[in-house]
Amino acid sequence: MSDVRNDDALTALSAPIDPETLARLHARLEHEAHAEGLVDVAYTTVDSPVGKLLLAATTKGLIRVAYAREDHDRVLENLAEKVSLRILRAPKRLDDAARELDEYFDRRRKVFDLALDLSLSRGFRQLVQRYLPEIGYGQTRSYREVAELVGNPRAVRAVGTACATNPLPVVVPCHRVLRADGSLGGYVGGVDAKAILLELEVAA
Amino acid sequence: MKQPFESVVAQHSVTVLRVCRALLGVQDADDAWSETFLAALRAYPDLPETANVEAWLVTIARRKAIDVQRAAKRDPLPVETLPEAPTSIGVPGTDDTDLWEFVGRLPGKQRQAITFRYLAGMSHAEIAAILGGTVDAARRAAADGLKTLRKHYPGANTKGAVQ
Repeated sequence: MSDVRNDDALTALSAPIDPETLARLHARLEHEAHAEGLVDVAYTTVDSPVGKLLLAATTKGLIRVAYAREDHDRVLENLAEKVSLRILRAPKRLDDAARELDEYFDRRRKVFDLALDLSLSRGFRQLVQRYLPEIGYGQTRSYREVAELVGNPRAVRAVGTACATNPLPVVVPCHRVLRADGSLGGYVGGVDAKAILLELEVAA
Repeated sequence: MKQPFESVVAQHSVTVLRVCRALLGVQDADDAWSETFLAALRAYPDLPETANVEAWLVTIARRKAIDVQRAAKRDPLPVETLPEAPTSIGVPGTDDTDLWEFVGRLPGKQRQAITFRYLAGMSHAEIAAILGGTVDAARRAAADGLKTLRKHYPGANTKGAVQ
């Protein structure tokens, strides 16, 4: 290709495109793809006191909240594999979730009122995740108590796994489940994030 | 493993826009870009994993460019003032409407050949498959197109002397 290197005409043809042009085209694509029902998974990212959160929703509801340490690119690849390849950065569908999270972190909201799509978990994990919102704001339970409450007192370890694999952290409050001795235990967003959320709820 | 569609947009958005501009001019390129990615989003789940995504998009873009042209039922090159604002980056040639006008004046096959060759990086064989005809004909069309373009668009040093 040496014959065309530094060729002015070709350089001009392949000159950079104004970022605003690309942003405008992307917004148009979001709008038209939504209108044609082609966005199976819409996502956006929001800033929060526990770092940048990725929010993703299907047409059924919020399907994923992910911490930065989970690696957002990998989370999206996983959604592509498990849900649909038709994934688009389209913040509009996440407006309600973003607003409610904002209110939560601002201590103006204690309960999330959002449609959820729990299809990323199955069986016992999903059962536990469905139960978790019943642990009220500012309260905590032990893994053992949760196991008892879902009617399977010996499944303490499985409750731990269900919390660790919660696809909707913060919104589905697995951070309210602690070890029996009161120590924090693990957390998908890291122990620091768990402590921040618990402190935030206590202080409210 | 196939990427989420958003990654496809992020990676190929610029190339597809350049291709659309080269085929249609700046004004109608947005419509073709938009139609291209909508069609691609629709068909993406069925695209084989081994497919060359960029070549696939360029093929769609060419088809959509033809559709936009037909729908407009007018000369493919609008002559009115183009709405693009000048870039602040200051790179010569960015959104250079003169250049797109020259590209638009090339004969159809030459215009497509240089677009696919130099903007989409396709091989002459791939271009021949799209345009029909032989690989040699595709090579010639690209070379002739480039030659014509150089003649009419000699670049910055002599730009002031043109017209």
